[in-house]
Amino acid sequence: MAFINLQNVTYQYPLTKTPVLQNINLQVNEGEFVAVIGPNGAGKSTLCYALAGFVPHFFKGEISGSIEVAGVESSKSTLDEWVMNVGLAFQNPFNQISGAKYTVFEEIAFGLENSGVPREEMKARVEEAMKLTDISDLADRSPYSLSGGQQQRVALTSILVMQPKLLVLDEPTSQMDPIGTREVFSVVRKMAEGGMTVVMVEHKMEWIAQFADRVIALKDGQILLEGKPNEVLTSNILAENGFGVSRYTSTAREAKKQGLWRKENLPVTLDEAVEGFVKRDE
Amino acid sequence: MKIQIDNLRFTYPTGLEVLRGISLSIEAGEQVAIVGQNGAGKTTLVRHFNGLLQPASGSVMIGDWDTKKTSVAKLASRVGYVFQNPDEQLFSKDVATEIRFGPRNLGYSKEKIDELVTRALALTELSDKTETNPYDLSPTWRKMVALASVIAMDTPIVIFDEPTTGQDAVNVARIAHVIAELHREGKTVITITHDIDFCAENFERVIALSKGQILLDGPAREVLGQEEILAQTYVDPPQLTRLGKRLGLKETVRNQDEFLSAMRK
Repeated sequence: MAFINLQNVTYQYPLTKTPVLQNINLQVNEGEFVAVIGPNGAGKSTLCYALAGFVPHFFKGEISGSIEVAGVESSKSTLDEWVMNVGLAFQNPFNQISGAKYTVFEEIAFGLENSGVPREEMKARVEEAMKLTDISDLADRSPYSLSGGQQQRVALTSILVMQPKLLVLDEPTSQMDPIGTREVFSVVRKMAEGGMTVVMVEHKMEWIAQFADRVIALKDGQILLEGKPNEVLTSNILAENGFGVSRYTSTAREAKKQGLWRKENLPVTLDEAVEGFVKRDE
Repeated sequence: MKIQIDNLRFTYPTGLEVLRGISLSIEAGEQVAIVGQNGAGKTTLVRHFNGLLQPASGSVMIGDWDTKKTSVAKLASRVGYVFQNPDEQLFSKDVATEIRFGPRNLGYSKEKIDELVTRALALTELSDKTETNPYDLSPTWRKMVALASVIAMDTPIVIFDEPTTGQDAVNVARIAHVIAELHREGKTVITITHDIDFCAENFERVIALSKGQILLDGPAREVLGQEEILAQTYVDPPQLTRLGKRLGLKETVRNQDEFLSAMRK
């Protein structure tokens, strides 16, 4: 049975007139790495909140359909039970940092403290998690003294350290430098290989194509397309619906008209692009 | 309005030296992108341009004003700064009030304020949202409100701190349009960005910072082609530049037009 099972989920925030998620059906297997893409306002963050239990437990509002993670139904659970299985890294790391801790090390330990993990184990896990995301040198800094990208790494680490069964990431690399971005994708891939289920909202198509197992394209609260990364990310439907595409894809689409692209499928990654472009004189 | 920076050093109260001897000048009307790894000092550097931070040593001149001897309020008439996170910047009850705040504080006439606000609203496509509370808008539109409120101040220098973060393709195109429009008006635009493809497509000059120092500074075509040096500050060249290199193109290409025309040669 699927690890995540969403059946006909429709959700509307309080005081709003239209549902932000409409009839979402989604099944994700254990250890699968799913990327969610879509224009602003598509419902991506709300989907993250629904998986993390904040919708509807925290935000209230009207929900129908069922949300099941690890065999437990959200409506039959409470938020404090739910967070033991699911970790969410917020889109804006500033909103996630507790404000109760003076150092990055303590900030990352916060969740473990609250779940009663013994002191020695806690220290070891924090150190290991910081090594994984390459922020060991920030351990003694104040979380608020960090740059946007560094804060984002701290926010991610404070979730990874909890070792959730389901990791939900809402644009975790939006403020990161390009190589930091690639590292995060590769760490997340490693987590998925180790059996963690990952749902990640992202805009960076090149890395999605390289690291994710499946792509869900969301628009106006509905699933527009779903499938293997290359199939979804090169689809004409995306380009027509205001989705961002990799420069390799858009350039190859144009090059095809000029006879400079020789393959049937369009590329998303550098390696795919290198294989298909031809110079005029060749 | 020229920006002249000489041997700028800055240390945060924690003892962390973030800027370690920066010298550069930016002429009026230039379009400059600043790139570099997280923690390189990009935001710290630009916060010296409007006096939010003061040099520990060295100097920052905005035209003939020394930022050490000029108040932040006065500098605001020459340098507009759009924060990375719009929520650090917005406070008014509706969009129109928010956007009027800056030009009103600069003491412009009512007619001029009306004109500037109307133009800023049109440029950022916010004209139909003037009565909305900024916090009732999505983060995308809050970002546009932050942009508009700074554009409306009509300063000769405008700084954007990571304007494309979390924005979809449609909105990135909107922001690129705003920058092109400001360029056409002769304004200096300085933009911090990690979106290197956006950088390649919209900026003529690129400065790469690394650990508080300038690693590279020059025309975009030269800077963005230096793969090994850029890697020192965790930056990859733009997608099409990398592709051009892998395909053995002789020149450094930055965008689709340059790439396709090099392939046709």
